[in-house]
Amino acid sequence: MSDHKTMTINLVVWRQKNANDTGKFENYTVKGITEHHSFLEMLDVLNEDLIKAGKQPVAFDHDCREGICGMCSQVINGMPHGGQERTTVCQLHMRKFHDGDTIYIEPWRARAFPIVKDLVVDREALDKIIQAGGYTSCHTGGVPDGNAILIPKPAADEAMDAAECIGCGACVAGCPNGAAMLFTGAKVSQFAVLPQGKAEAKTRVTNMVQAMKDCGFGNCTNHYECMAACPKGINVKFIARMNREYLKAQF
Amino acid sequence: MILDGKCPTGPIQQSWDKHRFDLKLVNPANKRKYNVIVVGTGLAGGAAAASLGELGYNVQAFCYQDSPRRAHSIAAQGGINAAKAYPNDGDSIYRLFYDTIKGGDFRAREADVWRLAQVSNNIIDQCVAQGVPFARDYAGYLDNRSFGGAQVSRTFYARGQTGQQLLLGAYSALSRQIKLGTVKMYARREMLDLVVVDGVARGITVRNLVTGELESYAADAVCLATGGYVNVFYLSTNAMGCSVTAKWAAHKKGAYFANPCYTQIHPTCIPQAGDYQSKLTLMSESLRNDGRCWVPKKKEDCGKHPNDVAEEDRDYYLERKYPSFGNLAPRDIASRAAKEQCDDARGVGPGGRGVYLDFATSIKRVGADTIKERYGNLFEMYEKITDEDGYKRPMRMYPAPHYSMGGLWVDYNLMSNIPGLFVLGEANFSVHGANRLGASALMQGLADGYFVIPYTIGGYLAGVKPVGTSTDAAEFKQSKEEVNGNVSKLLGINGKKTVSEFMRELGGLMWENCGMARSNESLNINLKKIPALREEFWQNVKVTGTGAEFNQDLENAGRTADFLEFAELMCRDALHREESCGGHFRTEHQYDDGEAMRDDSNFCYAGAWEFKGMNNEPELHKEPLKFENVHLAVRSYK
Repeated sequence: MSDHKTMTINLVVWRQKNANDTGKFENYTVKGITEHHSFLEMLDVLNEDLIKAGKQPVAFDHDCREGICGMCSQVINGMPHGGQERTTVCQLHMRKFHDGDTIYIEPWRARAFPIVKDLVVDREALDKIIQAGGYTSCHTGGVPDGNAILIPKPAADEAMDAAECIGCGACVAGCPNGAAMLFTGAKVSQFAVLPQGKAEAKTRVTNMVQAMKDCGFGNCTNHYECMAACPKGINVKFIARMNREYLKAQF
Repeated sequence: MILDGKCPTGPIQQSWDKHRFDLKLVNPANKRKYNVIVVGTGLAGGAAAASLGELGYNVQAFCYQDSPRRAHSIAAQGGINAAKAYPNDGDSIYRLFYDTIKGGDFRAREADVWRLAQVSNNIIDQCVAQGVPFARDYAGYLDNRSFGGAQVSRTFYARGQTGQQLLLGAYSALSRQIKLGTVKMYARREMLDLVVVDGVARGITVRNLVTGELESYAADAVCLATGGYVNVFYLSTNAMGCSVTAKWAAHKKGAYFANPCYTQIHPTCIPQAGDYQSKLTLMSESLRNDGRCWVPKKKEDCGKHPNDVAEEDRDYYLERKYPSFGNLAPRDIASRAAKEQCDDARGVGPGGRGVYLDFATSIKRVGADTIKERYGNLFEMYEKITDEDGYKRPMRMYPAPHYSMGGLWVDYNLMSNIPGLFVLGEANFSVHGANRLGASALMQGLADGYFVIPYTIGGYLAGVKPVGTSTDAAEFKQSKEEVNGNVSKLLGINGKKTVSEFMRELGGLMWENCGMARSNESLNINLKKIPALREEFWQNVKVTGTGAEFNQDLENAGRTADFLEFAELMCRDALHREESCGGHFRTEHQYDDGEAMRDDSNFCYAGAWEFKGMNNEPELHKEPLKFENVHLAVRSYK
């Protein structure tokens, strides 16, 4: 538990001034890292060093640092969020690495996610998909009692499994086609299994799939890389469900 | 000055209904002539923007994150209260009202709390209609669990991610309005100033965090839903970007700041592991449904593996001290009890700052699978951070700053003392008094956003002429120049210490001297040290880069500069309040058994501070609190 050994880590980090810059990798060394440092706290140490040396710190998105806001977004050694099962970058800890390791850090790379700076990308495309239909069109007020429509437990549980998505975009970054099928499939499925979502099921799936295409996301070719990258373990069965819903909507 | 909360009079049961009827209305065709700015897209802001857009107002919504879905409401784990009384266990609107008033240690307004309890039931219905997957039983009915400070089960939940699911519900409603064109969304914008024209809130100045450009936005009313300020302690359960900045900007433009010393220290957080640490992680209060808090009875047992400490050598201190509420004692009380054990040198883990939260009894009773189903994601999170298995050995916990009950002063209509400036959710001071009960923050955020502001803002707008969105007024230009001057100043210092070094130092001072226990002496230390630290900051901080680019160092510098000013007000408020109540514990004011000693004859009021310039003392205004429906009593959970 209390291990006072510290590590020295070599970092190869993608640096890019803005969307128009070509960008390149830079090498850094950070010292004094313990097994209890989170990955982002390790980057904090790097940034403090850089600031003190009068250099620009590495820009990276982060906020809640407890694995739920979906803000953090880094490809670590080729894997979105670093490859630990069901873990966001902010929940990844340095005990998973070793003294002297070299770690490559890159931003999400996908046509639909332009780079803002260094490791920060623009994920507005995911919002656009939700805006296309990721809701029930209920009004504020004037809705029935919460127990008026019973929802069988298995349906509620399945909706919750799908709804756990944090919208980080790791599925897109992990997909060789830059597809947002897991993200979109999860939202389509959440509503598809709930009675509240049934009324608009057809238009929802049609419009969300269209928005996905319009935003420049690719298509699914069953690599399952999205599921491997997903920090919430969203299952690819929801992509199958979306496909089924999409087909149903055509008739 | 004596402040008037403009609460409705007459029987409290009819107060909100009567008030709603008395409020003036804006007719549907006129609504589109009015513009409303909403800052923050958490539960309060997201719900408000969506509901106001749906009513027909033109809404401009702002958040500092890259998407409105990421606001920190998302991190709330355990649940949301409502007085549905589905379990047939004696709950009612009156009981929720009573529990909340008592839980807040009799320092909240009765009328506001009544309204909150009344609309709590609408919130659950609304969320279900949105497709929020609340937990259900096998018959398909909504399930409930228990939370601290209540003897009924009234908490609705969605696994350990209730805040996330409720926020995604509000975000989906907001997304729908964005698509319909009633809400224009501005992400990655940070509000740095409030623009007041002729004494009325007319707009905001924001920094575009991508380009660095300063932008002005104008409207007929401004709603702040910018959350709390406990990052003033540096280490807290808040997100890294949570700050006092927007509220402080409004305060400096004239909005009163009420009860800043009321901060909540949550009893069950993962203890700090090292100096490098950037934040603390909370473990939901719901865990105390099945987890039992204990420390060793004997000091020499503290170093042992917890499973090797014999049952009779364990002190289940909450069950011992508060037999009727046991492990579900309210947060302020549970936190102080944990501190008490650690101060008695019976704490466990690094530095002896920790207590055990043990699930062994419950696992024996209901099985590990049931515990896993209830809290699986929390156990996973605990293991990721600590590398320990909570199913096999008790979790280690220590209190950490979590929530601010204080905030900008608002009247019953959620309007601040600046006409046209409304404040929602955690950013205001209105319903939690001196301590917030678990599962009540989500309730308040959504109550304000869905069911209060849509009515009360109409009452205000019906009385003013729409002014459009032009930012030509001199005040907009002046505000931009001020903000720009501040940015240039920060970038020009080029000192030797980093922003986070200052923030850590400030956080340390606040935790040490204005944290779980405060005294005349400790607060006076801070009132000397904070201005000195602030002075040093403005001479010796190092901020890299320029203002005309994406610059997180600059963002943090601005937030830290505001915390350095706000912290002083917080200590001043804590010093003036010569009593203990809820989360505000003055060591001079306690009973023999260590419980908080209120002074109702001198401090039964909300204290709202007016900014008088950085070099002048702020002026205190009082709003007396009247208790006509709940009897003022010593708060006991024994």
